[in-house]
Amino acid sequence: MTLPSPPMSLLAELTHRCPLSCPYCSNPLELERKAAELDTAAWSSVLEQAAELGVLQVHFSGGEPMARSDLVELVAVARRLNLYSNLITSGVLLDEATLESLDKAGLDHVQLSFQDVTETGAERIGGLKGAQARKIAAARLIRASGIPMTLNFVVHRENVAHIPEMFALARDLGAGRVEIAHTQYYGWGLKNLNALLPSREQLEESTRAVEAERAKGGLSIDYVTPDYHADRPKPCMGGWGQRFVNVTPSGRVLPCHAAEIIPDVSFPNVKDATLSEIWNISPLFNMFRGTDWMPEPCRSCERKERDWGGCRCQAMALTGNAANTDPVCELSPFHEQLVQSVEQSVQSLPALTYRRFSPGSSR
Amino acid sequence: MTKAPPGIAEETVLFFARGHRLQHDRVRDLWIVQAPEKAFVIEGAAPHILRLLDGKRSVGDIIQQLANEFSAPREVIAKDVLALFSELTEKNVLQI
Repeated sequence: MTLPSPPMSLLAELTHRCPLSCPYCSNPLELERKAAELDTAAWSSVLEQAAELGVLQVHFSGGEPMARSDLVELVAVARRLNLYSNLITSGVLLDEATLESLDKAGLDHVQLSFQDVTETGAERIGGLKGAQARKIAAARLIRASGIPMTLNFVVHRENVAHIPEMFALARDLGAGRVEIAHTQYYGWGLKNLNALLPSREQLEESTRAVEAERAKGGLSIDYVTPDYHADRPKPCMGGWGQRFVNVTPSGRVLPCHAAEIIPDVSFPNVKDATLSEIWNISPLFNMFRGTDWMPEPCRSCERKERDWGGCRCQAMALTGNAANTDPVCELSPFHEQLVQSVEQSVQSLPALTYRRFSPGSSR
Repeated sequence: MTKAPPGIAEETVLFFARGHRLQHDRVRDLWIVQAPEKAFVIEGAAPHILRLLDGKRSVGDIIQQLANEFSAPREVIAKDVLALFSELTEKNVLQI
Protein backbone atom coordinates (compact mmCIF):
# COMPACT_ATOMS: atom_id res chain seq x y z
CA MET A 1 0.00 0.00 0.00
CA THR A 2 1.41 3.39 -0.93
CA LEU A 3 0.83 6.27 1.44
CA PRO A 4 -0.96 9.40 0.23
CA SER A 5 1.18 12.48 -0.47
CA PRO A 6 1.73 14.54 2.65
CA PRO A 7 -0.20 17.75 3.35
CA MET A 8 1.29 21.15 2.46
CA SER A 9 -0.72 23.35 4.81
CA LEU A 10 -2.10 23.17 8.31
CA LEU A 11 -5.03 25.34 9.31
CA ALA A 12 -4.68 25.59 13.09
CA GLU A 13 -7.98 26.85 14.46
CA LEU A 14 -6.65 27.76 17.89
CA THR A 15 -9.98 28.90 19.28
CA HIS A 16 -13.55 29.57 18.22
CA ARG A 17 -13.74 32.59 20.53
CA CYS A 18 -13.97 35.87 18.61
CA PRO A 19 -15.04 39.45 19.39
CA LEU A 20 -16.79 39.60 16.00
CA SER A 21 -19.94 37.75 14.96
CA CYS A 22 -19.81 37.76 11.14
CA PRO A 23 -22.82 35.95 9.65
CA TYR A 24 -20.60 34.10 7.11
CA CYS A 25 -18.06 32.78 9.61
CA SER A 26 -16.31 29.63 8.34
CA ASN A 27 -16.53 28.00 11.78
CA PRO A 28 -19.16 25.29 12.23
CA LEU A 29 -22.62 26.15 13.60
CA GLU A 30 -21.75 24.22 16.75
CA LEU A 31 -18.83 26.23 18.12
CA GLU A 32 -16.28 24.70 20.50
CA ARG A 33 -15.92 26.37 23.88
CA LYS A 34 -12.78 27.53 25.70
CA ALA A 35 -12.82 24.63 28.16
CA ALA A 36 -12.52 22.18 25.25
CA GLU A 37 -9.51 23.89 23.64
CA LEU A 38 -6.15 22.10 23.32
CA ASP A 39 -3.48 23.49 25.64
CA THR A 40 -0.11 24.91 24.60
CA ALA A 41 1.71 21.59 24.88
CA ALA A 42 -0.89 19.83 22.73
CA TRP A 43 -0.73 22.52 20.04
CA SER A 44 3.09 22.40 20.10
CA SER A 45 2.89 18.68 19.54
CA VAL A 46 0.46 19.20 16.63
CA LEU A 47 2.98 21.61 15.05
CA GLU A 48 5.85 19.13 15.53
CA GLN A 49 3.85 16.29 14.03
CA ALA A 50 2.74 18.50 11.14
CA ALA A 51 6.32 19.50 10.28
CA GLU A 52 7.41 15.86 10.55
CA LEU A 53 4.60 14.82 8.20
CA GLY A 54 5.56 17.38 5.54
CA VAL A 55 3.48 20.49 6.25
CA LEU A 56 5.29 23.62 5.07
CA GLN A 57 2.99 26.42 6.16
CA VAL A 58 0.84 26.85 9.25
CA HIS A 59 -2.07 29.26 9.26
CA PHE A 60 -2.96 30.32 12.80
CA SER A 61 -6.65 31.00 12.64
CA GLY A 62 -9.82 30.82 14.70
CA GLY A 63 -12.16 32.37 15.76
CA GLU A 64 -9.69 35.04 16.67
CA PRO A 65 -6.29 33.42 17.25
CA MET A 66 -5.15 36.48 19.18
CA ALA A 67 -7.64 35.52 21.89
CA ARG A 68 -5.17 32.75 22.82
CA SER A 69 -2.57 33.94 25.35
CA ASP A 70 0.00 31.44 24.01
CA LEU A 71 -0.03 32.63 20.39
CA VAL A 72 3.49 34.11 20.58
CA GLU A 73 4.82 30.86 22.02
CA LEU A 74 3.18 28.82 19.25
CA VAL A 75 4.60 31.09 16.55
CA ALA A 76 8.05 30.58 18.09
CA VAL A 77 7.54 26.80 17.99
CA ALA A 78 6.51 27.02 14.32
CA ARG A 79 9.61 29.02 13.49
CA ARG A 80 11.88 26.58 15.31
CA LEU A 81 10.34 23.80 13.19
CA ASN A 82 10.93 25.84 10.01
CA LEU A 83 7.18 26.09 9.39
CA TYR A 84 6.10 29.28 7.61
CA SER A 85 3.69 31.01 9.98
CA ASN A 86 0.70 33.04 8.87
CA LEU A 87 -1.58 34.84 11.32
CA ILE A 88 -5.18 35.12 10.13
CA THR A 89 -6.69 37.81 12.33
CA SER A 90 -9.44 40.41 12.58
CA GLY A 91 -6.85 42.76 14.10
CA VAL A 92 -9.15 44.07 16.82
CA LEU A 93 -7.02 42.59 19.63
CA LEU A 94 -3.68 43.62 18.13
CA ASP A 95 -1.49 46.16 19.89
CA GLU A 96 2.09 47.33 19.42
CA ALA A 97 3.56 45.19 22.21
CA THR A 98 1.93 41.95 21.01
CA LEU A 99 2.93 42.60 17.43
CA GLU A 100 6.51 43.19 18.50
CA SER A 101 6.52 39.87 20.39
CA LEU A 102 5.04 38.07 17.38
CA ASP A 103 7.65 39.68 15.13
CA LYS A 104 10.47 38.58 17.45
CA ALA A 105 9.01 35.07 17.63
CA GLY A 106 9.40 34.88 13.83
CA LEU A 107 5.92 35.48 12.43
CA ASP A 108 6.21 35.41 8.63
CA HIS A 109 2.97 36.97 7.40
CA VAL A 110 -0.32 38.49 8.56
CA GLN A 111 -3.67 38.18 6.84
CA LEU A 112 -5.86 40.96 8.23
CA SER A 113 -9.60 40.84 7.62
CA PHE A 114 -11.89 43.78 6.91
CA GLN A 115 -15.67 43.42 6.74
CA ASP A 116 -16.18 46.50 4.56
CA VAL A 117 -14.65 49.89 3.75
CA THR A 118 -17.28 51.90 5.60
CA GLU A 119 -17.70 51.89 9.36
CA THR A 120 -21.45 51.31 9.06
CA GLY A 121 -21.07 48.38 6.67
CA ALA A 122 -18.25 46.83 8.71
CA GLU A 123 -20.13 47.12 12.01
CA ARG A 124 -23.30 45.71 10.51
CA ILE A 125 -21.43 42.54 9.51
CA GLY A 126 -18.89 42.20 12.35
CA GLY A 127 -21.28 43.37 15.05
CA LEU A 128 -18.52 45.10 17.02
CA LYS A 129 -18.59 48.85 17.59
CA GLY A 130 -15.31 50.61 16.85
CA ALA A 131 -13.83 47.61 15.05
CA GLN A 132 -12.99 49.48 11.84
CA ALA A 133 -10.77 52.06 13.57
CA ARG A 134 -8.99 49.27 15.45
CA LYS A 135 -8.39 47.36 12.23
CA ILE A 136 -6.95 50.42 10.51
CA ALA A 137 -4.66 51.01 13.49
CA ALA A 138 -3.63 47.34 13.35
CA ALA A 139 -2.84 47.61 9.63
CA ARG A 140 -0.62 50.62 10.25
CA LEU A 141 1.27 48.79 13.02
CA ILE A 142 1.80 45.75 10.80
CA ARG A 143 2.95 47.95 7.94
CA ALA A 144 5.41 49.72 10.26
CA SER A 145 6.79 46.38 11.50
CA GLY A 146 7.66 45.31 7.95
CA ILE A 147 5.84 41.96 8.27
CA PRO A 148 4.21 41.26 4.88
CA MET A 149 0.46 41.81 5.01
CA THR A 150 -2.54 40.62 3.01
CA LEU A 151 -5.87 42.36 3.47
CA ASN A 152 -8.80 39.98 3.28
CA PHE A 153 -12.27 41.12 2.29
CA VAL A 154 -15.13 38.65 2.33
CA VAL A 155 -17.68 39.98 -0.15
CA HIS A 156 -21.42 39.45 -0.48
CA ARG A 157 -24.54 41.23 -1.63
CA GLU A 158 -24.15 44.15 0.80
CA ASN A 159 -20.50 45.15 0.17
CA VAL A 160 -19.72 43.75 -3.27
CA ALA A 161 -20.11 47.16 -4.89
CA HIS A 162 -17.25 48.51 -2.73
CA ILE A 163 -14.48 46.42 -4.29
CA PRO A 164 -12.70 49.39 -5.93
CA GLU A 165 -12.62 51.17 -2.53
CA MET A 166 -11.28 47.97 -0.92
CA PHE A 167 -8.29 48.05 -3.26
CA ALA A 168 -7.81 51.77 -2.57
CA LEU A 169 -7.77 51.04 1.18
CA ALA A 170 -5.24 48.23 0.66
CA ARG A 171 -2.92 50.51 -1.32
CA ASP A 172 -3.33 53.28 1.24
CA LEU A 173 -2.41 50.91 4.08
CA GLY A 174 0.58 49.46 2.18
CA ALA A 175 -0.65 45.88 1.88
CA GLY A 176 1.27 43.83 -0.68
CA ARG A 177 -1.61 41.46 -1.28
CA VAL A 178 -5.38 41.59 -1.26
CA GLU A 179 -7.79 38.71 -1.11
CA ILE A 180 -11.27 39.39 -2.41
CA ALA A 181 -13.18 36.30 -1.38
CA HIS A 182 -16.82 35.86 -2.17
CA THR A 183 -18.64 34.31 0.77
CA GLN A 184 -18.50 30.52 0.76
CA TYR A 185 -21.89 29.07 1.57
CA TYR A 186 -21.29 26.52 4.33
CA GLY A 187 -22.39 26.59 7.97
CA TRP A 188 -23.16 30.20 8.90
CA GLY A 189 -22.81 31.36 5.30
CA LEU A 190 -25.37 28.80 4.14
CA LYS A 191 -27.72 29.84 6.96
CA ASN A 192 -27.49 33.37 5.53
CA LEU A 193 -27.46 32.43 1.85
CA ASN A 194 -30.64 34.33 1.06
CA ALA A 195 -29.30 37.50 2.66
CA LEU A 196 -25.76 37.35 1.27
CA LEU A 197 -25.67 35.73 -2.18
CA PRO A 198 -24.96 38.35 -4.86
CA SER A 199 -26.85 38.36 -8.13
CA ARG A 200 -25.11 37.18 -11.29
CA GLU A 201 -24.81 40.83 -12.38
CA GLN A 202 -23.16 41.75 -9.08
CA LEU A 203 -20.75 38.83 -9.46
CA GLU A 204 -19.84 39.89 -13.00
CA GLU A 205 -19.32 43.48 -11.85
CA SER A 206 -17.05 42.30 -9.03
CA THR A 207 -14.97 40.25 -11.47
CA ARG A 208 -14.59 43.32 -13.71
CA ALA A 209 -13.47 45.40 -10.69
CA VAL A 210 -10.82 42.80 -9.85
CA GLU A 211 -9.57 42.63 -13.44
CA ALA A 212 -9.36 46.43 -13.66
CA GLU A 213 -7.26 46.53 -10.49
CA ARG A 214 -4.99 43.72 -11.70
CA ALA A 215 -4.31 45.74 -14.84
CA LYS A 216 -2.94 48.60 -12.72
CA GLY A 217 -0.22 46.33 -11.25
CA GLY A 218 1.66 46.71 -7.98
CA LEU A 219 -0.76 44.64 -5.92
CA SER A 220 -0.96 40.88 -5.76
CA ILE A 221 -4.62 39.85 -5.86
CA ASP A 222 -6.34 36.61 -4.89
CA TYR A 223 -9.91 36.36 -6.09
CA VAL A 224 -12.32 33.70 -4.88
CA THR A 225 -15.70 33.46 -6.63
CA PRO A 226 -18.94 32.03 -5.25
CA ASP A 227 -19.54 28.84 -7.17
CA TYR A 228 -23.33 29.05 -6.95
CA HIS A 229 -23.36 30.93 -10.26
CA ALA A 230 -20.96 28.50 -11.94
CA ASP A 231 -21.56 25.46 -14.16
CA ARG A 232 -18.51 23.49 -13.05
CA PRO A 233 -17.43 22.96 -9.45
CA LYS A 234 -14.25 24.19 -7.81
CA PRO A 235 -11.47 21.69 -6.97
CA CYS A 236 -12.38 22.03 -3.29
CA MET A 237 -9.27 22.09 -1.04
CA GLY A 238 -7.27 20.81 -4.04
CA GLY A 239 -8.94 17.43 -3.44
CA TRP A 240 -10.08 15.76 -0.21
CA GLY A 241 -7.10 14.85 1.97
CA GLN A 242 -4.57 15.91 -0.65
CA ARG A 243 -3.06 19.22 0.45
CA PHE A 244 -4.79 20.59 3.52
CA VAL A 245 -5.30 19.50 7.07
CA ASN A 246 -7.41 21.38 9.57
CA VAL A 247 -7.23 21.01 13.34
CA THR A 248 -10.14 22.43 15.36
CA PRO A 249 -9.76 24.09 18.80
CA SER A 250 -10.52 20.80 20.57
CA GLY A 251 -8.12 18.78 18.41
CA ARG A 252 -10.41 17.26 15.82
CA VAL A 253 -8.60 16.71 12.54
CA LEU A 254 -10.55 17.48 9.38
CA PRO A 255 -9.88 17.63 5.62
CA CYS A 256 -11.57 21.07 5.58
CA HIS A 257 -13.25 23.38 8.09
CA ALA A 258 -16.78 22.39 7.05
CA ALA A 259 -16.26 18.61 7.14
CA GLU A 260 -18.10 18.04 10.41
CA ILE A 261 -21.38 17.98 8.48
CA ILE A 262 -20.37 14.64 6.89
CA PRO A 263 -22.49 11.93 8.57
CA ASP A 264 -21.69 8.33 9.55
CA VAL A 265 -17.98 8.79 10.12
CA SER A 266 -16.01 9.48 13.27
CA PHE A 267 -13.85 12.58 13.46
CA PRO A 268 -10.35 11.67 14.59
CA ASN A 269 -8.69 13.71 17.33
CA VAL A 270 -5.01 14.45 17.99
CA LYS A 271 -5.66 13.34 21.58
CA ASP A 272 -6.30 9.77 20.37
CA ALA A 273 -4.00 9.28 17.37
CA THR A 274 -0.98 10.83 15.68
CA LEU A 275 -1.47 13.31 12.88
CA SER A 276 0.35 10.95 10.55
CA GLU A 277 -2.00 8.04 11.36
CA ILE A 278 -5.01 10.31 10.91
CA TRP A 279 -3.78 11.71 7.59
CA ASN A 280 -2.69 8.37 6.18
CA ILE A 281 -5.13 5.76 7.41
CA SER A 282 -8.20 7.27 9.10
CA PRO A 283 -11.55 6.44 7.46
CA LEU A 284 -12.41 10.18 7.35
CA PHE A 285 -9.37 11.18 5.30
CA ASN A 286 -9.72 8.20 2.97
CA MET A 287 -13.46 8.57 2.48
CA PHE A 288 -13.25 10.82 -0.60
CA ARG A 289 -9.54 10.73 -1.37
CA GLY A 290 -8.56 10.25 -5.01
CA THR A 291 -11.21 9.07 -7.48
CA ASP A 292 -12.22 5.53 -6.42
CA TRP A 293 -15.18 6.72 -4.34
CA MET A 294 -16.74 8.58 -7.26
CA PRO A 295 -20.17 7.73 -8.62
CA GLU A 296 -21.31 8.81 -12.09
CA PRO A 297 -21.22 11.35 -13.66
CA CYS A 298 -17.84 11.99 -11.98
CA ARG A 299 -16.40 8.50 -12.48
CA SER A 300 -16.19 8.74 -16.27
CA CYS A 301 -15.60 12.50 -16.40
CA GLU A 302 -12.40 13.75 -18.00
CA ARG A 303 -12.23 16.50 -15.36
CA LYS A 304 -12.23 14.15 -12.37
CA GLU A 305 -8.59 14.73 -11.52
CA ARG A 306 -8.93 18.47 -12.02
CA ASP A 307 -11.96 19.31 -9.90
CA TRP A 308 -12.05 16.08 -7.81
CA GLY A 309 -15.85 16.04 -8.06
CA GLY A 310 -16.11 19.47 -6.42
CA CYS A 311 -16.98 19.90 -2.79
CA ARG A 312 -18.16 17.03 -0.56
CA CYS A 313 -19.65 19.33 2.06
CA GLN A 314 -21.62 21.20 -0.57
CA ALA A 315 -22.91 17.90 -1.99
CA MET A 316 -23.93 16.92 1.55
CA ALA A 317 -25.58 20.25 2.37
CA LEU A 318 -27.50 20.56 -0.88
CA THR A 319 -28.25 16.98 -1.98
CA GLY A 320 -28.19 15.09 1.33
CA ASN A 321 -25.43 12.74 0.16
CA ALA A 322 -21.76 13.71 0.46
CA ALA A 323 -20.76 11.24 -2.28
CA ASN A 324 -22.91 12.91 -4.91
CA THR A 325 -21.41 15.11 -7.59
CA ASP A 326 -21.23 18.70 -6.37
CA PRO A 327 -24.58 20.17 -7.55
CA VAL A 328 -22.73 23.20 -8.90
CA CYS A 329 -21.74 20.90 -11.77
CA GLU A 330 -24.18 21.12 -14.67
CA LEU A 331 -23.85 17.34 -15.05
CA SER A 332 -25.31 16.80 -11.57
CA PRO A 333 -28.97 15.72 -11.51
CA PHE A 334 -29.39 18.28 -8.69
CA HIS A 335 -28.00 21.21 -10.68
CA GLU A 336 -31.39 22.53 -11.81
CA GLN A 337 -32.55 22.59 -8.18
CA LEU A 338 -29.52 24.71 -7.27
CA VAL A 339 -30.18 27.13 -10.12
CA GLN A 340 -33.74 27.58 -8.90
CA SER A 341 -32.73 28.14 -5.30
CA VAL A 342 -30.19 30.74 -6.46
CA GLU A 343 -32.94 32.55 -8.36
CA GLN A 344 -35.14 32.58 -5.27
CA SER A 345 -32.29 33.63 -3.04
CA VAL A 346 -31.32 36.75 -4.95
CA GLN A 347 -34.90 37.99 -4.79
CA SER A 348 -35.31 37.63 -1.03
CA LEU A 349 -34.34 40.01 1.77
CA PRO A 350 -34.20 38.15 5.09
CA ALA A 351 -32.45 39.47 8.21
CA LEU A 352 -28.93 38.28 9.03
CA THR A 353 -28.32 35.48 11.52
CA TYR A 354 -25.15 36.28 13.41
CA ARG A 355 -22.54 33.77 14.51
CA ARG A 356 -22.85 32.89 18.20
CA PHE A 357 -22.22 30.06 20.62
CA SER A 358 -25.30 27.92 20.95
CA PRO A 359 -26.93 28.08 24.37
CA GLY A 360 -26.22 25.03 26.48
CA SER A 361 -23.53 23.69 24.14
CA SER A 362 -20.97 21.81 26.16
CA ARG A 363 -18.37 21.12 23.47
CA MET B 1 29.81 40.29 -22.04
CA THR B 2 26.64 39.23 -20.32
CA LYS B 3 24.63 42.34 -19.61
CA ALA B 4 23.11 42.62 -16.16
CA PRO B 5 19.38 43.42 -16.08
CA PRO B 6 18.44 46.92 -14.96
CA GLY B 7 19.15 47.50 -11.28
CA ILE B 8 21.28 44.38 -10.90
CA ALA B 9 25.04 44.81 -11.31
CA GLU B 10 27.99 42.62 -10.32
CA GLU B 11 28.41 44.64 -7.13
CA THR B 12 24.68 44.45 -6.20
CA VAL B 13 23.88 42.66 -2.97
CA LEU B 14 20.52 40.92 -3.12
CA PHE B 15 18.55 39.35 -0.32
CA PHE B 16 15.21 37.66 0.20
CA ALA B 17 12.36 40.12 0.71
CA ARG B 18 10.68 39.87 4.12
CA GLY B 19 8.26 36.94 4.19
CA HIS B 20 10.28 34.87 1.69
CA ARG B 21 12.91 32.23 2.34
CA LEU B 22 14.70 29.31 0.77
CA GLN B 23 14.05 25.98 2.45
CA HIS B 24 14.89 22.36 1.85
CA ASP B 25 11.74 20.24 2.10
CA ARG B 26 13.25 17.09 3.54
CA VAL B 27 10.00 15.10 3.41
CA ARG B 28 9.68 15.49 -0.37
CA ASP B 29 13.40 16.07 -0.98
CA LEU B 30 12.78 19.32 -2.86
CA TRP B 31 14.01 22.89 -2.62
CA ILE B 32 11.25 25.43 -2.12
CA VAL B 33 10.83 29.14 -1.66
CA GLN B 34 8.37 30.00 1.10
CA ALA B 35 6.28 33.08 0.33
CA PRO B 36 3.12 34.74 1.68
CA GLU B 37 0.43 32.04 1.65
CA LYS B 38 2.24 29.90 -0.91
CA ALA B 39 5.40 27.91 -1.44
CA PHE B 40 6.95 27.22 -4.83
CA VAL B 41 9.37 24.53 -5.90
CA ILE B 42 12.68 25.57 -7.42
CA GLU B 43 14.75 23.20 -9.48
CA GLY B 44 17.93 22.81 -11.49
CA ALA B 45 20.67 25.32 -10.69
CA ALA B 46 18.36 27.69 -8.81
CA PRO B 47 18.77 26.19 -5.31
CA HIS B 48 22.59 26.23 -5.73
CA ILE B 49 22.44 29.89 -6.65
CA LEU B 50 19.92 31.01 -4.02
CA ARG B 51 21.64 29.29 -1.10
CA LEU B 52 24.58 31.66 -1.65
CA LEU B 53 22.42 34.71 -0.89
CA ASP B 54 23.49 35.71 2.59
CA GLY B 55 23.04 39.48 2.52
CA LYS B 56 26.85 39.91 2.19
CA ARG B 57 27.95 38.29 -1.08
CA SER B 58 27.54 40.43 -4.18
CA VAL B 59 26.13 39.10 -7.44
CA GLY B 60 29.71 39.00 -8.78
CA ASP B 61 30.93 36.99 -5.76
CA ILE B 62 28.14 34.47 -6.30
CA ILE B 63 28.92 34.08 -10.00
CA GLN B 64 32.61 33.62 -9.22
CA GLN B 65 31.98 31.08 -6.49
CA LEU B 66 29.68 29.00 -8.73
CA ALA B 67 32.15 29.21 -11.62
CA ASN B 68 34.83 27.81 -9.30
CA GLU B 69 32.60 25.17 -7.75
CA PHE B 70 31.28 23.81 -11.05
CA SER B 71 34.44 24.52 -13.11
CA ALA B 72 32.23 26.25 -15.68
CA PRO B 73 32.92 29.35 -17.81
CA ARG B 74 32.03 32.52 -15.88
CA GLU B 75 29.97 33.78 -18.85
CA VAL B 76 27.68 30.75 -18.77
CA ILE B 77 27.15 30.93 -15.02
CA ALA B 78 26.56 34.69 -15.14
CA LYS B 79 23.80 34.28 -17.68
CA ASP B 80 21.87 31.81 -15.46
CA VAL B 81 22.45 33.76 -12.27
CA LEU B 82 21.37 37.09 -13.73
CA ALA B 83 18.28 35.59 -15.35
CA LEU B 84 17.17 34.03 -12.06
CA PHE B 85 17.91 37.12 -9.97
CA SER B 86 16.14 39.32 -12.46
CA GLU B 87 13.03 37.14 -12.47
CA LEU B 88 12.84 36.87 -8.69
CA THR B 89 13.47 40.58 -8.17
CA GLU B 90 10.65 41.37 -10.56
CA LYS B 91 8.38 39.07 -8.53
CA ASN B 92 9.46 40.83 -5.33
CA VAL B 93 10.87 37.59 -3.94
CA LEU B 94 14.33 39.19 -3.87
CA GLN B 95 15.19 42.78 -3.22
CA ILE B 96 18.23 44.99 -3.54
